Amino acid sequence: MAIFSKEESKKILEKVIAFSKADACEVNLNGTNGGNIRYARNSVSTAGENSDVTLIVQSNFGKKSGVATINEFDDASLEKVVRRSEELAKLAPENPEFMEPLPQQTYGESKTYFESTAKITPEYRAQAAANSINPAIAKDVTAAGFLEDNYSFASMMNTKGLFAYNQSTGVNFTVTMRSNDGTGSGWVTRSFNDVNKLDTAEASRIAIDKALQSRQAKAIEPGKYTVILEPAASAELIRNMLFNMNARQADEGRSFLAKKGGGTKMGEKIMDERVTIYTDPFNLDVPASPWSGDGQARKKMDIIKNGTVANMFYDRYWASNKNVAPVPFPGNAIMEGGNASLGDLIKDTKKGILVTRFWYIRAVDPQTQLYTGLTRDATFFVENGKVKHPIKNFRFNESPVIMLNNVETLGKQVRVDVDGGPGGGASFLIPYMKLRDFTFTSLSDAV
Amino acid sequence: MKRRDFLYLTGMGTTAAMLSAIPGMGRPIAPERALETVDVALKKQMADVALNAARAKGATYTDVRIGRYLNQFVITREDKVQNIVNTESYGLGVRVVAQGGWGFAATDKLDKDSIAKAAELAVAIAKENSRLLTEPVQLAPQKGYGEVSWKAPIEKNAFEVPIKEKVDLLLGVNAEAMKGGADYINSFLFMVNEQKYFASSDGSYIDQDIHRIWPTFFITKIDAATGKFETRNALSAPMGMGYEYLYARPQDKIQGVTTLYKGRYDMLEDAKAGAKQAGEKIKAKSVEPGKYDLILDPSHLWLTIHESTGHPTELDRVLGYEANFAGTSFLTLDKWESKKFNYGSKLVNIVADKTQVGSLGAVGYDDEGVKCGQWDVIKDGTLVSYQAIRDQAHILGLPASQGCCYADNWSSVQFQRMANISLQPGKEKKSIDDLIKGVQKGIYIIGDGSFSIDQQRYNFQFGGQLYYEIKDGKIVGALKDVAYQSNTQEFWNSCVGIADQSDYRLGGSFFDGKGQPQQVSAVSHGSSTTRFNGVNVINTSRKIG
Repeated sequence: MAIFSKEESKKILEKVIAFSKADACEVNLNGTNGGNIRYARNSVSTAGENSDVTLIVQSNFGKKSGVATINEFDDASLEKVVRRSEELAKLAPENPEFMEPLPQQTYGESKTYFESTAKITPEYRAQAAANSINPAIAKDVTAAGFLEDNYSFASMMNTKGLFAYNQSTGVNFTVTMRSNDGTGSGWVTRSFNDVNKLDTAEASRIAIDKALQSRQAKAIEPGKYTVILEPAASAELIRNMLFNMNARQADEGRSFLAKKGGGTKMGEKIMDERVTIYTDPFNLDVPASPWSGDGQARKKMDIIKNGTVANMFYDRYWASNKNVAPVPFPGNAIMEGGNASLGDLIKDTKKGILVTRFWYIRAVDPQTQLYTGLTRDATFFVENGKVKHPIKNFRFNESPVIMLNNVETLGKQVRVDVDGGPGGGASFLIPYMKLRDFTFTSLSDAV
Repeated sequence: MKRRDFLYLTGMGTTAAMLSAIPGMGRPIAPERALETVDVALKKQMADVALNAARAKGATYTDVRIGRYLNQFVITREDKVQNIVNTESYGLGVRVVAQGGWGFAATDKLDKDSIAKAAELAVAIAKENSRLLTEPVQLAPQKGYGEVSWKAPIEKNAFEVPIKEKVDLLLGVNAEAMKGGADYINSFLFMVNEQKYFASSDGSYIDQDIHRIWPTFFITKIDAATGKFETRNALSAPMGMGYEYLYARPQDKIQGVTTLYKGRYDMLEDAKAGAKQAGEKIKAKSVEPGKYDLILDPSHLWLTIHESTGHPTELDRVLGYEANFAGTSFLTLDKWESKKFNYGSKLVNIVADKTQVGSLGAVGYDDEGVKCGQWDVIKDGTLVSYQAIRDQAHILGLPASQGCCYADNWSSVQFQRMANISLQPGKEKKSIDDLIKGVQKGIYIIGDGSFSIDQQRYNFQFGGQLYYEIKDGKIVGALKDVAYQSNTQEFWNSCVGIADQSDYRLGGSFFDGKGQPQQVSAVSHGSSTTRFNGVNVINTSRKIG
C-alpha cells in the first residue's frame, strides 16, 4: 500500500492539483515500506516493520503559504486537504523569502531502486542477524548490530506543470563486536541500494577480527601523527564540511568560506590539489534521487576541484537575491581517490596510526571547521610498514580543511552512508586516506 | 525526531513541507486543535480492545499506550517569521510478552478492528522473537493502580497563548539583539504537549498531561576587519513548564557578570546581553592552555552531568544493549557490587528524580505504568545505583522498577531512558562569589557549547558560551577559544566546592538521542554553581587559509 507506481502517483497528484483554488499549489506524495532488526548480547532485542504514505499539500496566496497533509486518497479526502492548506495559507504571515513553484524540469535517470531490496522479508533479516551472531559466539565475542532496510517512492506535482517521480531502495548494516574479556572492540558498516551486495557474515568477520586484534591496547602519547583513515572514519568530517558550504552563510560572513573584509572563497584553493569532491546522482555505487525535494534537477557537479572551491549551495531564494542560478544541496558526494589499497598505505608508512572510525564528532569552531571526537572500535599503531599493536583510543581536535591540506596518499574508494543510510543520511564514496600531522589531544580508556 | 532533524529544523530556510517530512513530527494541524482533548472513557475502551485481543492470542503481559503528541514551533530570524508549525501525532502502540519474548506493534487507525489487529501482530512478533531468545523477559512485579491521572503543574498552557503574542516576543527579542549590535539572530520557541494514556494487564489505566517549553536564540557578531565571527546562544533552559516560564520576575534573576535565570526566563534581557557579549567575545583574550580551577555555572554544568553521570548510569548501556550505537559504560556492575567505587569526591551526591517540579522528565508514571520517584545514584562520591526499568530491576536485586521507561511516540517501542539526574547543592551556605573568591588561577564558564564524550563515558571535552578569567579570587576579563578535557572519575574527584540550595537551577536537553531506530527524550539536570580544581584547558583556535 505504501508504494504507488509512477502512474498511480500522477493520477492522485493531478486530482489534487485540479482541486486547487490558490495562486499556486505544490504537492508531494511520498511513501515508505521499512523494516529493521536489532540485536545485542548475541540475541535479537527488537524487530519491526513500518509502512507509511503521506500526501503534503502546500498552497500559496501571494507570499503566504499553508501546508496540510493526509494519508487517505479518496476524492473527498483529497479535496479536504487542499481546502485545509488554503485556509492555513490565508491565516499565515507573509514569508518574504517565498519562491514560486518551478516549471517542469528535465531529470536524468538514476538507478536507485533494486527489486532485491524491495523484497526483503522478516526471515531475511533474522537470517542476516544469525549470520552475524553465530560466528561471534564461535569466537567468544559478543555481537550488537542493527540492520535497516527501506523501499520508498517520492513524487511531486505543482500548478506550473512540474511532475517528478523516483523510487529507491536501501539497506544499512552496522555491527559492533566486543571481546568477552572487555578489552577489544571492532565495528563495520555496509550500505547498499542492492541488498544482493550485502553479506553480513563477511562484514561481521571483519568486526570480529578487529575485536580480537584490538585487545590489550597500549597507551601512546597524544600529539600530531600521520594517520591512515578508513573511509568510515573520514566520511562524517567531510559530510560536515560539505554541509557548511551554504552560499548564504558565506555571503553573510559566518562560514569557513567567508573572507576577511567581505566576499567568499569561491574559486580559491583551500586544500591539497589532489582533493576533488563532486556530486553525481547517477553514480552506480552511490546513486541518489535525480531531483531535490523542491523539484530542482540534480546534476553531476564539482564541489571542490583540485583543492579549489568550485561550487557552494544556493537555495532558490538566495540565488535570486544574488542573481545566480540555484545550486541544490547534493544527494551524494564522491571524493576522488587512487589505486592504493589499505595494505599499500600501511606498507608505505614509517610511523602512523590506523583508525577504524571516529565517534561523537561535534563542532568546536564553525569559523575553522574545527571538530572534536574520538577514535573507536580498533585503533592501531603502524611502524615500518606493519601494524605493530593496538593502541588506546584518542580524542582529536581537527578540521577537515586542515586535514585535506595534509594529504600524503589517497587510496581506493569505499561507499559510506552517514546517519544510517536508507531514509536518512546521504551516501558518500570516500577513499582510504593517509594524512600527516593529524591532531590527537588526549587519551581515552574507552574500549 | 533525530538530532540531525533538529539541526535540519533549526537550519536556515526550513519550510513547512520539509518539517512534515521529519518522522515522528506528526501532521500539521490548526493551532486551536491543540486545545482539544480525547475523552478518557474512549481511551479506556480502545485500550481494553487491545488488552483483550492480546490476551486471547496468548500474551502473558500487555501494555497499551494511546498517545497524542502535539508540537508548536515558531521560527524567526532578524525581522522575519520563517515558519510557524503546529503538528499532531495520534495513535496507539501495544507491547506484549508472549512465550517469554517482547513484541510490539502500533497503529494510527483507531477503530476496534485495527486496534485488535495491532495487538495480534504484537503477539505474533513476540512469539517469533522468542525463538531467538537467550534469556526470557523477567518483569519486576507491578501493582495495578486502577483509573488514575497526573497533570504537569503548569500555570499557563503555552498552546493557549495566541501565536501573535509569540511572534511579537521573538521579533522583539531579535530587534533588541540587532539594536545591541548583533549582525544576525535566529530565535525559536518550541512547545510540546504529550497527552498520554497507559493501560496494562496489571490493571492500570493512567491518563497523563505533560508540557514542555524551550525558548532559545543564536546571535552572530562579525568583525568585518578580521573576518572573524563569534556566536552567543541563549542562557535559557528547556523546561517542563507552561508559558509562565517566559514571565520573568525579579526574584528569578541572579545578578553577576551576566544575569542568570532560575525557573523563569527574561528572553529580551538575555538577547540584549547576548548581543553585547558576542561583541566582547571577538575582542576577548585567547586562552593560554594549561590547568585551571573551573567554576561551572548550572547553565553549563547540566550538560557535563548529562554526559558523564546520566549516560554511564543507564543500566541498558552497562549491560551492552546500546553497544552498537550510543556505547556501553565504564560503570560496570562489579564497580556497583563493590559498594566502594569512588566516582567522585565526598561532596558529590547525585540523585535521579522523575518527580522534580518544572523538570523535563517529570511524570506521575513512566511508560510502563510505574509510579515515579527519586533515588540516589552517587552517594557521598560512591556509585550506589543505576537507572532501570521493569525487565532490568532483577539484575540489581530491586523489588520494583525505578520507572525509567519512555517512548518518544505511540509508534515507538518504550525502553530505558534517562531520569532527571542532578547534582545536589552544597550543604554549607556558599554563593557564586564565595566560590570565585577562593580561586587563584581559574575560569568561570557560563552556558553550554561544544560537547563530546567517548562511548564508555571516560574522556570528555566541553566548551561553553561565556568564559571569564579568574585571578587571585577576582574576575579579570573575558576569554575565548576555551574547552576543557578530562576523565569522568578524575573530574568528579576534583570537585571541591558546591554553592548552596539558593543557587540551584535546572538545565536540560530537549532532544537526547538513543536507540536504533533512534528516539529522542527530554531530560533536566539540576545543580548549583560548582568548583573543580586543576582541569586541563585547551585552546581551540586554528588558522585555515
